[in-house]
Amino acid sequence: MRHRLTCIVCPLGCLIEVKVKNERVTEVIGYKCPRGREWAINEIINPKRIVMSVVKVKNGKLPTVSVKTTKPIPKEKIPELMKVLAQIEVKAPVRVGQVILESPLNLETKIVATRDVESA
Amino acid sequence: MMESYDVIVIGGGPAGLAAAVKAKELGLETLLLDENEFLGGILPQCIHPGFGIHYFKEELTGPEFAHLFIEKIKDVGVKYQTSAYVLNIENYSDLEKKIVFSSPRGIKEVWTKTVIYAAGAREKHAFEIGIVGDRVAGIYTAGEAQTLMDIYGIMPGKEIVIVGSGDVGLIMARRFALEGAKVKAVIELMPYPGGLARNVMILRDFNIPLYLSHKVVEVRGKARVEKIKVVKVDENFKEIPKSEFWINADTLLISAGLMPNVRLLQRIGVKIDPSTGGPIVNELLETTVPGIFVAGNALLINDLVDYVAEQGEIAAFGAKEFIENEGIPSKKWIKLENGQNIRLLAPHYLSGERDVYVYARVSAPMENVKIVFPEIKKKLRSPMVRPAEMLRIRLKAEEIRSAEKKITMEVIPQ
Repeated sequence: MRHRLTCIVCPLGCLIEVKVKNERVTEVIGYKCPRGREWAINEIINPKRIVMSVVKVKNGKLPTVSVKTTKPIPKEKIPELMKVLAQIEVKAPVRVGQVILESPLNLETKIVATRDVESA
Repeated sequence: MMESYDVIVIGGGPAGLAAAVKAKELGLETLLLDENEFLGGILPQCIHPGFGIHYFKEELTGPEFAHLFIEKIKDVGVKYQTSAYVLNIENYSDLEKKIVFSSPRGIKEVWTKTVIYAAGAREKHAFEIGIVGDRVAGIYTAGEAQTLMDIYGIMPGKEIVIVGSGDVGLIMARRFALEGAKVKAVIELMPYPGGLARNVMILRDFNIPLYLSHKVVEVRGKARVEKIKVVKVDENFKEIPKSEFWINADTLLISAGLMPNVRLLQRIGVKIDPSTGGPIVNELLETTVPGIFVAGNALLINDLVDYVAEQGEIAAFGAKEFIENEGIPSKKWIKLENGQNIRLLAPHYLSGERDVYVYARVSAPMENVKIVFPEIKKKLRSPMVRPAEMLRIRLKAEEIRSAEKKITMEVIPQ
Protein backbone atom coordinates (compact mmCIF):
# COMPACT_ATOMS: atom_id res chain seq x y z
CA MET A 1 0.00 0.00 0.00
CA ARG A 2 1.29 3.48 -0.87
CA HIS A 3 -0.02 6.54 0.97
CA ARG A 4 0.58 10.03 -0.34
CA LEU A 5 0.47 12.86 2.22
CA THR A 6 1.04 16.59 2.23
CA CYS A 7 3.08 17.29 5.33
CA ILE A 8 1.56 19.85 7.71
CA VAL A 9 4.42 20.14 10.21
CA CYS A 10 5.65 23.37 8.63
CA PRO A 11 4.58 25.61 5.73
CA LEU A 12 6.88 23.82 3.25
CA GLY A 13 4.16 21.25 2.60
CA CYS A 14 6.39 18.37 1.43
CA LEU A 15 4.69 15.63 -0.53
CA ILE A 16 5.57 12.50 1.41
CA GLU A 17 4.95 8.94 0.29
CA VAL A 18 4.71 6.18 2.88
CA LYS A 19 4.86 2.55 1.75
CA VAL A 20 3.27 -0.01 4.03
CA LYS A 21 3.46 -3.80 3.87
CA ASN A 22 1.72 -6.06 6.41
CA GLU A 23 0.97 -3.05 8.62
CA ARG A 24 4.64 -2.10 8.72
CA VAL A 25 6.23 0.95 7.16
CA THR A 26 8.76 -0.19 4.54
CA GLU A 27 9.73 3.11 2.95
CA VAL A 28 9.22 6.85 3.43
CA ILE A 29 10.19 9.28 0.66
CA GLY A 30 9.80 12.96 -0.11
CA TYR A 31 10.33 14.42 3.37
CA LYS A 32 12.88 17.20 3.86
CA CYS A 33 13.29 16.93 7.65
CA PRO A 34 13.10 14.25 10.37
CA ARG A 35 9.99 15.84 11.89
CA GLY A 36 8.18 15.37 8.59
CA ARG A 37 9.25 11.74 8.42
CA GLU A 38 8.00 11.05 11.95
CA TRP A 39 4.74 12.88 11.32
CA ALA A 40 4.07 10.90 8.13
CA ILE A 41 4.72 7.55 9.82
CA ASN A 42 2.42 8.40 12.75
CA GLU A 43 -0.17 9.70 10.33
CA ILE A 44 -0.32 6.25 8.70
CA ILE A 45 0.25 3.95 11.70
CA ASN A 46 -1.65 5.81 14.41
CA PRO A 47 -3.25 9.07 13.27
CA LYS A 48 -4.35 11.31 16.15
CA ARG A 49 -6.40 14.47 16.29
CA ILE A 50 -7.39 17.16 18.76
CA VAL A 51 -11.19 17.06 18.83
CA MET A 52 -13.42 20.07 19.39
CA SER A 53 -17.14 20.43 19.77
CA VAL A 54 -19.76 22.17 21.86
CA VAL A 55 -21.77 20.71 24.76
CA LYS A 56 -25.10 21.85 26.13
CA VAL A 57 -25.24 24.33 29.01
CA LYS A 58 -28.11 24.54 31.49
CA ASN A 59 -29.16 28.03 32.64
CA GLY A 60 -26.37 29.76 30.76
CA LYS A 61 -26.27 33.09 28.92
CA LEU A 62 -25.37 30.95 25.91
CA PRO A 63 -26.91 27.52 25.23
CA THR A 64 -23.55 25.86 24.53
CA VAL A 65 -19.97 25.85 25.71
CA SER A 66 -17.10 25.04 23.38
CA VAL A 67 -14.84 22.16 24.46
CA LYS A 68 -11.70 20.37 23.28
CA THR A 69 -9.60 17.34 24.11
CA THR A 70 -6.42 18.32 25.97
CA LYS A 71 -4.44 15.79 23.93
CA PRO A 72 -4.83 14.38 20.42
CA ILE A 73 -6.82 11.15 20.41
CA PRO A 74 -6.78 8.22 17.93
CA LYS A 75 -8.74 9.18 14.85
CA GLU A 76 -10.92 6.07 14.91
CA LYS A 77 -12.20 6.99 18.40
CA ILE A 78 -13.59 10.35 17.24
CA PRO A 79 -17.15 9.30 16.27
CA GLU A 80 -17.61 7.51 19.61
CA LEU A 81 -16.33 10.52 21.56
CA MET A 82 -18.66 12.85 19.65
CA LYS A 83 -21.61 10.67 20.75
CA VAL A 84 -20.53 10.99 24.38
CA LEU A 85 -20.23 14.77 24.06
CA ALA A 86 -23.67 15.02 22.46
CA GLN A 87 -25.28 13.45 25.52
CA ILE A 88 -23.82 15.56 28.31
CA GLU A 89 -25.01 18.84 29.76
CA VAL A 90 -23.14 21.13 32.15
CA LYS A 91 -24.48 23.76 34.52
CA ALA A 92 -23.60 27.43 34.12
CA PRO A 93 -21.36 29.16 35.04
CA VAL A 94 -18.60 27.42 33.10
CA ARG A 95 -15.02 28.69 33.07
CA VAL A 96 -12.26 28.35 30.45
CA GLY A 97 -10.13 25.32 31.34
CA GLN A 98 -12.82 23.73 33.52
CA VAL A 99 -12.72 19.94 33.19
CA ILE A 100 -15.98 18.73 31.69
CA LEU A 101 -15.00 15.03 31.50
CA GLU A 102 -12.01 13.11 32.91
CA SER A 103 -10.65 10.46 30.52
CA PRO A 104 -13.80 9.84 28.43
CA LEU A 105 -13.90 6.30 26.92
CA ASN A 106 -10.73 5.64 28.97
CA LEU A 107 -8.76 7.82 26.59
CA GLU A 108 -5.66 9.58 27.86
CA THR A 109 -7.25 12.99 27.58
CA LYS A 110 -9.58 15.35 29.35
CA ILE A 111 -12.43 17.33 27.90
CA VAL A 112 -12.07 20.97 28.91
CA ALA A 113 -14.19 24.06 28.31
CA THR A 114 -12.66 26.65 25.98
CA ARG A 115 -14.92 29.58 26.79
CA ASP A 116 -16.63 31.18 29.77
CA VAL A 117 -20.40 30.90 29.95
CA GLU A 118 -22.05 33.02 32.62
CA SER A 119 -25.29 32.07 34.37
CA ALA A 120 -28.40 33.52 32.78
CA MET B 1 -19.37 68.36 28.00
CA MET B 2 -19.21 65.46 25.62
CA GLU B 3 -16.89 62.53 26.36
CA SER B 4 -13.62 62.69 24.50
CA TYR B 5 -10.82 60.21 23.91
CA ASP B 6 -7.41 59.89 22.35
CA VAL B 7 -8.41 56.71 20.54
CA ILE B 8 -11.69 55.06 19.73
CA VAL B 9 -11.31 51.49 18.56
CA ILE B 10 -14.20 50.24 16.44
CA GLY B 11 -14.53 46.45 16.62
CA GLY B 12 -13.81 44.06 19.50
CA GLY B 13 -12.28 41.19 17.53
CA PRO B 14 -8.59 40.29 17.70
CA ALA B 15 -7.42 43.42 15.84
CA GLY B 16 -9.51 45.77 17.99
CA LEU B 17 -8.65 44.01 21.26
CA ALA B 18 -4.93 44.11 20.50
CA ALA B 19 -5.17 47.75 19.40
CA ALA B 20 -7.07 48.79 22.54
CA VAL B 21 -4.69 46.99 24.92
CA LYS B 22 -1.62 48.48 23.24
CA ALA B 23 -3.13 52.00 23.03
CA LYS B 24 -3.97 51.92 26.73
CA GLU B 25 -0.49 50.60 27.57
CA LEU B 26 0.96 53.51 25.59
CA GLY B 27 -0.93 55.87 27.87
CA LEU B 28 -3.73 56.84 25.50
CA GLU B 29 -7.29 57.39 26.73
CA THR B 30 -9.05 54.57 24.90
CA LEU B 31 -12.64 53.47 24.28
CA LEU B 32 -13.45 50.18 22.54
CA LEU B 33 -16.82 49.81 20.82
CA ASP B 34 -18.29 46.52 19.63
CA GLU B 35 -21.65 45.78 18.08
CA ASN B 36 -21.96 42.28 19.58
CA GLU B 37 -23.12 41.38 23.06
CA PHE B 38 -19.72 39.88 23.80
CA LEU B 39 -16.16 40.77 22.86
CA GLY B 40 -13.99 38.59 20.65
CA GLY B 41 -15.41 39.17 17.18
CA ILE B 42 -15.70 35.86 15.36
CA LEU B 43 -13.20 34.12 17.67
CA PRO B 44 -15.82 32.73 20.13
CA GLN B 45 -17.37 30.70 17.29
CA CYS B 46 -14.04 29.46 15.89
CA ILE B 47 -13.82 26.53 18.31
CA HIS B 48 -11.06 24.68 16.40
CA PRO B 49 -7.40 24.82 17.47
CA GLY B 50 -4.70 26.67 15.53
CA PHE B 51 -4.82 30.15 17.04
CA GLY B 52 -2.04 32.13 18.67
CA ILE B 53 0.97 29.94 17.83
CA HIS B 54 3.07 33.03 17.12
CA TYR B 55 1.46 35.49 19.53
CA PHE B 56 0.99 33.38 22.68
CA LYS B 57 3.49 30.62 21.72
CA GLU B 58 0.88 27.94 22.29
CA GLU B 59 -1.88 26.46 20.17
CA LEU B 60 -5.25 27.75 21.32
CA THR B 61 -8.83 27.58 20.09
CA GLY B 62 -10.54 30.79 18.99
CA PRO B 63 -12.53 31.23 22.23
CA GLU B 64 -9.37 30.67 24.30
CA PHE B 65 -7.44 33.23 22.26
CA ALA B 66 -10.28 35.72 22.74
CA HIS B 67 -10.44 34.92 26.46
CA LEU B 68 -6.75 35.76 27.00
CA PHE B 69 -7.20 39.07 25.21
CA ILE B 70 -10.39 39.95 27.06
CA GLU B 71 -8.56 39.31 30.35
CA LYS B 72 -5.85 41.71 29.14
CA ILE B 73 -8.47 44.35 28.32
CA LYS B 74 -9.70 44.10 31.90
CA ASP B 75 -6.18 44.00 33.40
CA VAL B 76 -5.04 47.20 31.72
CA GLY B 77 -8.43 48.83 32.29
CA VAL B 78 -9.62 49.61 28.77
CA LYS B 79 -13.09 51.15 28.75
CA TYR B 80 -15.38 49.21 26.46
CA GLN B 81 -18.99 49.19 25.38
CA THR B 82 -20.66 46.15 23.82
CA SER B 83 -23.95 46.24 21.85
CA ALA B 84 -22.62 49.50 20.43
CA TYR B 85 -23.27 49.85 16.71
CA VAL B 86 -21.32 52.65 15.06
CA LEU B 87 -23.61 54.64 12.79
CA ASN B 88 -21.20 57.27 11.59
CA ILE B 89 -17.69 58.63 11.78
CA GLU B 90 -17.64 62.43 11.32
CA ASN B 91 -14.33 63.95 10.37
CA TYR B 92 -14.28 67.57 11.59
CA SER B 93 -10.55 68.10 11.32
CA ASP B 94 -7.36 66.09 11.54
CA LEU B 95 -7.59 66.15 15.35
CA GLU B 96 -11.35 66.08 15.93
CA LYS B 97 -13.53 63.17 14.95
CA LYS B 98 -17.00 62.43 16.22
CA ILE B 99 -18.25 58.86 16.53
CA VAL B 100 -22.01 58.35 16.58
CA PHE B 101 -23.19 54.99 17.87
CA SER B 102 -26.34 53.34 19.09
CA SER B 103 -26.21 51.60 22.44
CA PRO B 104 -28.76 50.00 24.77
CA ARG B 105 -29.05 53.46 26.37
CA GLY B 106 -29.79 55.26 23.11
CA ILE B 107 -27.78 57.14 20.51
CA LYS B 108 -24.47 58.44 21.81
CA GLU B 109 -21.83 60.78 20.42
CA VAL B 110 -18.20 60.86 21.53
CA TRP B 111 -15.19 62.88 20.38
CA THR B 112 -11.80 61.43 19.63
CA LYS B 113 -8.44 62.46 18.18
CA THR B 114 -7.89 59.17 16.38
CA VAL B 115 -9.89 56.17 15.26
CA ILE B 116 -8.62 52.61 14.90
CA TYR B 117 -11.06 50.92 12.61
CA ALA B 118 -11.02 47.16 13.19
CA ALA B 119 -14.48 46.14 12.04
CA GLY B 120 -13.32 43.02 10.22
CA ALA B 121 -14.77 41.61 7.05
CA ARG B 122 -18.02 40.33 5.64
CA GLU B 123 -18.66 37.10 3.79
CA LYS B 124 -19.51 36.97 0.12
CA HIS B 125 -23.01 35.60 -0.38
CA ALA B 126 -24.64 33.32 -2.95
CA PHE B 127 -25.76 36.08 -5.32
CA GLU B 128 -22.26 37.55 -5.50
CA ILE B 129 -20.87 34.35 -6.98
CA GLY B 130 -23.52 33.93 -9.63
CA ILE B 131 -25.70 31.18 -8.16
CA VAL B 132 -29.25 31.31 -9.51
CA GLY B 133 -32.43 29.33 -8.87
CA ASP B 134 -34.99 29.07 -6.08
CA ARG B 135 -34.76 31.35 -3.06
CA VAL B 136 -35.28 28.64 -0.49
CA ALA B 137 -34.29 27.90 3.09
CA GLY B 138 -31.02 26.07 3.61
CA ILE B 139 -28.56 28.50 2.03
CA TYR B 140 -26.05 29.82 4.55
CA THR B 141 -22.71 31.50 4.56
CA ALA B 142 -20.06 29.47 6.40
CA GLY B 143 -19.93 32.02 9.21
CA GLU B 144 -23.70 31.96 9.72
CA ALA B 145 -23.65 28.17 10.00
CA GLN B 146 -20.71 28.40 12.39
CA THR B 147 -22.58 30.87 14.62
CA LEU B 148 -25.64 28.59 14.66
CA MET B 149 -23.67 25.44 15.50
CA ASP B 150 -20.96 26.70 17.80
CA ILE B 151 -22.68 29.53 19.68
CA TYR B 152 -26.34 28.48 19.64
CA GLY B 153 -26.07 24.70 19.27
CA ILE B 154 -28.35 24.45 16.23
CA MET B 155 -27.59 22.09 13.30
CA PRO B 156 -28.27 23.96 10.05
CA GLY B 157 -28.69 20.83 7.89
CA LYS B 158 -28.01 17.13 7.28
CA GLU B 159 -26.67 16.85 3.73
CA ILE B 160 -24.30 19.62 2.86
CA VAL B 161 -22.62 20.96 -0.27
CA ILE B 162 -19.89 23.51 0.39
CA VAL B 163 -18.87 26.16 -2.13
CA GLY B 164 -15.21 27.11 -1.68
CA SER B 165 -12.22 25.19 -0.34
CA GLY B 166 -10.68 28.04 1.64
CA ASP B 167 -9.91 27.54 5.32
CA VAL B 168 -13.37 28.59 6.46
CA GLY B 169 -15.09 26.15 4.10
CA LEU B 170 -12.79 23.27 5.07
CA ILE B 171 -13.14 23.92 8.80
CA MET B 172 -16.91 23.93 8.44
CA ALA B 173 -16.71 20.69 6.44
CA ARG B 174 -15.03 19.14 9.47
CA ARG B 175 -17.57 20.62 11.92
CA PHE B 176 -20.48 19.24 9.92
CA ALA B 177 -18.82 15.83 9.52
CA LEU B 178 -17.95 15.63 13.23
CA GLU B 179 -21.53 16.44 14.16
CA GLY B 180 -22.79 13.58 12.00
CA ALA B 181 -23.95 15.44 8.91
CA LYS B 182 -23.06 14.15 5.46
CA VAL B 183 -20.78 16.54 3.60
CA LYS B 184 -21.47 15.50 0.02
CA ALA B 185 -18.93 17.69 -1.75
CA VAL B 186 -16.68 20.71 -1.59
CA ILE B 187 -16.79 22.65 -4.86
CA GLU B 188 -13.79 24.81 -5.78
CA LEU B 189 -13.60 27.13 -8.78
CA MET B 190 -9.81 27.25 -8.87
CA PRO B 191 -7.68 24.29 -10.07
CA TYR B 192 -6.11 24.03 -6.58
CA PRO B 193 -7.56 23.97 -3.05
CA GLY B 194 -7.84 27.37 -1.39
CA GLY B 195 -6.95 26.52 2.19
CA LEU B 196 -3.83 25.82 4.21
CA ALA B 197 -2.41 22.29 3.77
CA ARG B 198 -3.32 21.29 7.31
CA ASN B 199 -6.95 22.11 6.60
CA VAL B 200 -7.02 20.39 3.21
CA MET B 201 -6.21 17.21 5.17
CA ILE B 202 -9.69 17.43 6.71
CA LEU B 203 -11.14 16.23 3.40
CA ARG B 204 -9.11 13.02 3.58
CA ASP B 205 -10.01 12.51 7.25
CA PHE B 206 -13.71 12.39 6.43
CA ASN B 207 -13.62 11.11 2.82
CA ILE B 208 -15.18 14.30 1.49
CA PRO B 209 -14.95 14.64 -2.30
CA LEU B 210 -13.30 17.84 -3.56
CA TYR B 211 -14.23 19.05 -7.05
CA LEU B 212 -11.55 21.41 -8.39
CA SER B 213 -12.30 23.65 -11.40
CA HIS B 214 -16.02 23.30 -10.71
CA LYS B 215 -18.73 25.73 -9.73
CA VAL B 216 -22.23 25.66 -8.28
CA VAL B 217 -24.57 27.43 -10.68
CA GLU B 218 -28.10 26.68 -9.54
CA VAL B 219 -30.16 25.70 -6.50
CA ARG B 220 -33.53 23.95 -6.74
CA GLY B 221 -36.08 23.20 -4.02
CA LYS B 222 -39.63 23.91 -2.85
CA ALA B 223 -39.42 25.10 0.76
CA ARG B 224 -35.83 24.04 1.34
CA VAL B 225 -32.79 23.25 -0.81
CA GLU B 226 -33.29 19.89 -2.54
CA LYS B 227 -30.66 19.72 -5.26
CA ILE B 228 -27.65 21.67 -6.40
CA LYS B 229 -26.31 21.96 -9.95
CA VAL B 230 -22.56 21.82 -10.47
CA VAL B 231 -20.60 22.38 -13.70
CA LYS B 232 -16.97 21.96 -14.65
CA VAL B 233 -15.05 25.04 -15.82
CA ASP B 234 -12.07 25.41 -18.14
CA GLU B 235 -8.84 27.31 -17.36
CA ASN B 236 -10.60 30.63 -18.12
CA PHE B 237 -13.40 29.71 -15.66
CA LYS B 238 -15.80 29.24 -18.58
CA GLU B 239 -18.44 26.58 -18.05
CA ILE B 240 -17.77 23.42 -20.07
CA PRO B 241 -20.93 22.45 -22.01
CA LYS B 242 -22.71 19.25 -20.94
CA SER B 243 -20.44 18.81 -17.91
CA GLU B 244 -23.19 19.57 -15.41
CA PHE B 245 -24.45 17.22 -12.71
CA TRP B 246 -26.83 17.49 -9.76
CA ILE B 247 -26.13 16.73 -6.12
CA ASN B 248 -29.02 16.06 -3.75
CA ALA B 249 -28.58 18.05 -0.55
CA ASP B 250 -30.66 20.05 1.93
CA THR B 251 -28.05 22.69 2.63
CA LEU B 252 -25.73 24.86 0.56
CA LEU B 253 -22.89 26.46 2.43
CA ILE B 254 -21.23 29.47 0.81
CA SER B 255 -17.61 29.96 1.70
CA ALA B 256 -16.53 32.13 -1.18
CA GLY B 257 -14.19 34.50 0.57
CA LEU B 258 -14.28 37.61 2.69
CA MET B 259 -14.40 41.31 1.84
CA PRO B 260 -13.03 44.01 4.16
CA ASN B 261 -15.87 45.88 5.80
CA VAL B 262 -15.20 49.43 4.65
CA ARG B 263 -18.52 51.21 4.08
CA LEU B 264 -18.18 53.64 7.00
CA LEU B 265 -14.66 54.49 5.87
CA GLN B 266 -15.66 55.08 2.26
CA ARG B 267 -18.31 57.51 3.47
CA ILE B 268 -15.63 59.80 4.93
CA GLY B 269 -13.50 59.57 1.80
CA VAL B 270 -10.95 56.89 2.74
CA LYS B 271 -9.34 55.65 -0.50
CA ILE B 272 -9.67 51.93 -1.14
CA ASP B 273 -7.13 49.64 -2.81
CA PRO B 274 -9.12 47.55 -5.31
CA SER B 275 -6.75 44.58 -4.92
CA THR B 276 -7.09 44.21 -1.13
CA GLY B 277 -10.60 45.67 -0.92
CA GLY B 278 -9.34 47.54 2.15
CA PRO B 279 -7.98 51.05 2.61
CA ILE B 280 -4.72 52.39 1.19
CA VAL B 281 -2.46 52.82 4.22
CA ASN B 282 0.98 53.98 5.28
CA GLU B 283 3.32 51.90 7.43
CA LEU B 284 1.52 52.96 10.64
CA LEU B 285 -1.71 51.71 9.05
CA GLU B 286 -3.11 55.23 8.74
CA THR B 287 -5.61 55.58 5.89
CA THR B 288 -5.75 58.48 3.45
CA VAL B 289 -7.86 60.40 6.02
CA PRO B 290 -5.46 61.67 8.71
CA GLY B 291 -6.02 60.13 12.15
CA ILE B 292 -8.05 57.18 10.87
CA PHE B 293 -6.13 53.92 11.24
CA VAL B 294 -7.19 50.42 10.21
CA ALA B 295 -6.17 46.92 11.29
CA GLY B 296 -7.08 43.26 10.82
CA ASN B 297 -9.43 41.95 8.16
CA ALA B 298 -10.79 45.46 7.56
CA LEU B 299 -7.30 46.23 6.18
CA LEU B 300 -6.79 43.06 4.17
CA ILE B 301 -7.94 39.46 4.58
CA ASN B 302 -5.52 37.62 6.86
CA ASP B 303 -5.16 33.89 7.40
CA LEU B 304 -3.51 34.03 10.83
CA VAL B 305 -5.01 35.74 13.86
CA ASP B 306 -1.48 36.50 15.06
CA TYR B 307 -0.97 38.92 12.16
CA VAL B 308 -4.35 40.49 12.84
CA ALA B 309 -3.34 41.21 16.45
CA GLU B 310 0.05 42.49 15.26
CA GLN B 311 -1.70 44.97 12.93
CA GLY B 312 -3.84 46.17 15.85
CA GLU B 313 -0.68 46.97 17.79
CA ILE B 314 0.94 48.75 14.84
CA ALA B 315 -2.18 50.92 14.51
CA ALA B 316 -1.98 51.73 18.24
CA PHE B 317 1.64 52.88 17.82
CA GLY B 318 0.40 54.92 14.86
CA ALA B 319 -2.27 56.59 16.98
CA LYS B 320 0.33 57.52 19.63
CA GLU B 321 2.69 58.96 17.01
CA PHE B 322 -0.20 60.90 15.50
CA ILE B 323 -1.35 62.39 18.81
CA GLU B 324 2.16 63.36 19.93
CA ASN B 325 2.91 65.16 16.67
CA GLU B 326 -0.61 66.26 15.70
CA GLY B 327 -0.25 64.18 12.57
CA ILE B 328 2.22 61.65 11.22
CA PRO B 329 5.34 63.75 10.70
CA SER B 330 7.11 61.70 7.97
CA LYS B 331 8.64 63.94 5.34
CA LYS B 332 8.70 61.49 2.48
CA TRP B 333 6.70 58.45 1.44
CA ILE B 334 8.03 55.72 -0.78
CA LYS B 335 5.37 53.75 -2.61
CA LEU B 336 5.30 49.97 -2.35
CA GLU B 337 3.88 48.43 -5.53
CA ASN B 338 2.87 44.92 -6.55
CA GLY B 339 4.92 43.39 -9.33
CA GLN B 340 4.93 39.94 -10.90
CA ASN B 341 2.79 37.30 -9.10
CA ILE B 342 1.86 39.64 -6.24
CA ARG B 343 -1.92 39.88 -6.08
CA LEU B 344 -2.13 42.28 -3.16
CA LEU B 345 -0.05 43.90 -0.47
CA ALA B 346 -0.11 46.37 2.41
CA PRO B 347 1.07 48.86 3.62
CA HIS B 348 1.28 50.97 0.49
CA TYR B 349 3.52 53.85 1.68
CA LEU B 350 6.78 53.51 3.60
CA SER B 351 8.89 56.28 5.14
CA GLY B 352 12.21 54.57 5.79
CA GLU B 353 12.09 55.85 9.39
CA ARG B 354 11.34 52.46 10.90
CA ASP B 355 11.33 48.76 10.06
CA VAL B 356 8.09 47.60 8.46
CA TYR B 357 6.22 44.33 8.05
CA VAL B 358 4.87 43.92 4.54
CA TYR B 359 1.86 41.61 4.19
CA ALA B 360 1.29 40.20 0.71
CA ARG B 361 -0.43 37.45 -1.21
CA VAL B 362 0.61 35.81 -4.48
CA SER B 363 -1.76 35.37 -7.42
CA ALA B 364 -0.83 31.77 -8.21
CA PRO B 365 1.00 28.94 -6.45
CA MET B 366 4.66 28.59 -7.44
CA GLU B 367 7.59 26.40 -6.35
CA ASN B 368 11.23 27.41 -5.77
CA VAL B 369 10.83 31.14 -5.96
CA LYS B 370 12.69 34.33 -5.21
CA ILE B 371 10.81 37.13 -3.47
CA VAL B 372 12.47 40.24 -4.84
CA PHE B 373 12.44 43.97 -4.15
CA PRO B 374 14.61 45.09 -7.12
CA GLU B 375 14.96 48.81 -6.20
CA ILE B 376 16.51 47.99 -2.83
CA LYS B 377 18.31 44.83 -4.00
CA LYS B 378 16.55 42.61 -1.44
CA LYS B 379 16.14 38.95 -2.29
CA LEU B 380 14.59 36.08 -0.31
CA ARG B 381 14.15 32.47 -1.31
CA SER B 382 11.10 30.36 -0.67
CA PRO B 383 10.47 26.72 -1.64
CA MET B 384 6.74 27.33 -2.09
CA VAL B 385 4.26 30.19 -2.27
CA ARG B 386 0.50 29.75 -2.26
CA PRO B 387 -2.35 32.28 -2.50
CA ALA B 388 -3.77 30.83 0.76
CA GLU B 389 -0.68 31.67 2.77
CA MET B 390 0.04 35.32 3.35
CA LEU B 391 3.65 36.37 3.02
CA ARG B 392 4.94 38.56 5.85
CA ILE B 393 8.30 40.16 5.19
CA ARG B 394 10.27 42.58 7.33
CA LEU B 395 11.89 45.46 5.48
CA LYS B 396 14.56 47.32 7.42
CA ALA B 397 14.44 51.11 7.67
CA GLU B 398 17.79 51.51 5.90
CA GLU B 399 16.69 49.16 3.11
CA ILE B 400 13.57 51.26 2.54
CA ARG B 401 15.60 54.49 2.61
CA SER B 402 17.83 53.19 -0.17
CA ALA B 403 14.94 53.53 -2.62
CA GLU B 404 14.14 56.76 -4.44
CA LYS B 405 10.42 56.89 -5.09
CA LYS B 406 9.09 53.38 -5.13
CA ILE B 407 9.79 49.79 -4.19
CA THR B 408 8.33 46.90 -6.17
CA MET B 409 7.66 43.48 -4.69
CA GLU B 410 7.65 40.48 -7.00
CA VAL B 411 7.79 36.71 -6.90
CA ILE B 412 9.84 35.14 -9.69
CA PRO B 413 11.32 31.69 -10.41
CA GLN B 414 14.75 31.03 -8.86
